[in-house]
Amino acid sequence: MSTQPAFPNTIFSPALAARFDRLVTLYPVKRSAMVPMLLYAQDEVGYLSEAVIGEVAARLGVSELDVRNVISYYSLLRTKPVGKYHVQVCTNISCMLRGGNELLEHCRRKLNVENKGVTPDGVFSLEEVECIGACSWAPAVQVNYDFHENLTPSSMDKVLAEYRAKAQNGAK
Amino acid sequence: MATLTTHPDCVPLISYRFGKGATNIDKYLELDGYKSARKALEIGPEAIINEMKASNLRGRGGAGFPTGLKWSFVPKQSAKPKYVLVNGDESEPGTCKDRLIFEHDPHAVVEGVIIAALAIQAKMGFIYLRGEYRYLIEIMERAVADAYAKGFLGKKIFGSDFDLDVVVQTGAGAYEVGEESALMESLEGKRGVPRIRPPFPAVVGLYGGPTIINNAETIATVPHIFRIGAAEYAKLGTERNGGTRLFCLSGHLERPGVYELPMGYNLRKMIYEVGGGIPKGRKLKAVVPGGSSTPVLTADEIDIGMDFDQVGKAGSMLGSGGVVVLDETVCMVEFALRTMKFYQHESCGWCIPCREGTDWLKKSLTRLHAGGAVDKDIDDIRYLAENMLGRTFCPLGDAAAMPTIGFVKKFRKEFEDHLEGRGCPKHRAAEPEPALV
Repeated sequence: MSTQPAFPNTIFSPALAARFDRLVTLYPVKRSAMVPMLLYAQDEVGYLSEAVIGEVAARLGVSELDVRNVISYYSLLRTKPVGKYHVQVCTNISCMLRGGNELLEHCRRKLNVENKGVTPDGVFSLEEVECIGACSWAPAVQVNYDFHENLTPSSMDKVLAEYRAKAQNGAK
Repeated sequence: MATLTTHPDCVPLISYRFGKGATNIDKYLELDGYKSARKALEIGPEAIINEMKASNLRGRGGAGFPTGLKWSFVPKQSAKPKYVLVNGDESEPGTCKDRLIFEHDPHAVVEGVIIAALAIQAKMGFIYLRGEYRYLIEIMERAVADAYAKGFLGKKIFGSDFDLDVVVQTGAGAYEVGEESALMESLEGKRGVPRIRPPFPAVVGLYGGPTIINNAETIATVPHIFRIGAAEYAKLGTERNGGTRLFCLSGHLERPGVYELPMGYNLRKMIYEVGGGIPKGRKLKAVVPGGSSTPVLTADEIDIGMDFDQVGKAGSMLGSGGVVVLDETVCMVEFALRTMKFYQHESCGWCIPCREGTDWLKKSLTRLHAGGAVDKDIDDIRYLAENMLGRTFCPLGDAAAMPTIGFVKKFRKEFEDHLEGRGCPKHRAAEPEPALV
């Protein structure tokens, strides 16, 4: 194996850059790597910045417009930063029947932010989301990618407190 | 994290390895793993497809199309490469079953892909998971890597002359991508906009090549069919509805959960025995039998077997196996509105009947729920929904229209109770009438 990276990396960690170098080789068409690349880049950088869009376009040999067209379609992809812990409350039917709306309202009051808002300290952001596939364990919330299920307002408080403590300890 | 719930009536076929550490490939091998793929390799494409047809397995994504038949549509000779595509974009509200398969038995998905690839002689497979399922993508990626390391994937699988590559792909949040042609667009690195059919994916699919696309549960069931034999498998279910499926029980139940039950299992028993009945001594009002897109059943319509044909006969659909139970306190207008908000949010906007239809229905239902509607609006809601049916590019429009028609048809009285300034009776009850001045 060559030690020379397949693409001159500018903004990603060496591990992510190496992953992308490999990713584009897996498909019959390079462009197929676009959605995973954007999501994984977002996970590392926090959002899809101008620099990320530019580099993903270059790596795939497509225009930045092609990348932006894709970003605007997918609800997980974002061009603005969110909180360190992005609290996503499901209010779709199964969660609604078991208190999803009340849970969202509780989070809104507790975090003192509106839907899609970020707390001033940048620790939390809140978003009402569509079904996250936790219907039998409703109501459910995803914080970043972690599922929290069978929640009540008081167990939600515990979840938030744990993340707050993590943020204070500087953990990721 | 997500676990199976059991009941004495459950039949552990798909869930045979759940909770047994089968994410580890050696454990999977101990539990009869990859034997089915070896068997499939021995018997060859034609026999595989015949076995699949004999199993009476029908697509678990929602449409219930016979899987063996679907596979048989792929042309034997093709200038373009063929592909196997696993749809694990599980996003239908009420549905949380594929998650369990990826979490507890990822190799069953890999093995299913191998058998499907052998059946149509495809050299490449993709396992597409929704982006929210990050921890499952990691589990699936490890399973695929382990299968490569054992020589079950890659060049000359199991020492044969057959090559097969498999890639695990992530989505990034889009219900529409669960639609087969939109999923292929997404996998090609584009917006998930559906394609017109015909041609069907079996002829012109991913990268223009013949493609079979199956739901994750369907694919994960395939090795089990070869494990116990198609005839045995078919016998577990009802006529033309072979086997078992994972039913996701949610909503107002004492014991919500994902249960593996035989096809054709009685819905009343599913609610009152398996699910433990309705909490707080309340009465059942309605059931959404197969995910949010399936027309609602009333409390009087639950004496049916849960298979594609019987639920179809009852005027609804078995769909994705998401059984959502509603007690007497639910406002059906509010429920219809929440359902429509979802479809309006998820419509890709490509075709007008769906984009405009879902938006107008959401607006109309919002107004009705708030008490701002007149009698004619109820008819208009139904009329609009009926005119979306069959007129959209892909089934998302139908998925939005069908439940709406059902709600209006079966709960019209509740819609009328909201009319002319009255608003939601549920909210009226909660907030005392303002005192007269």
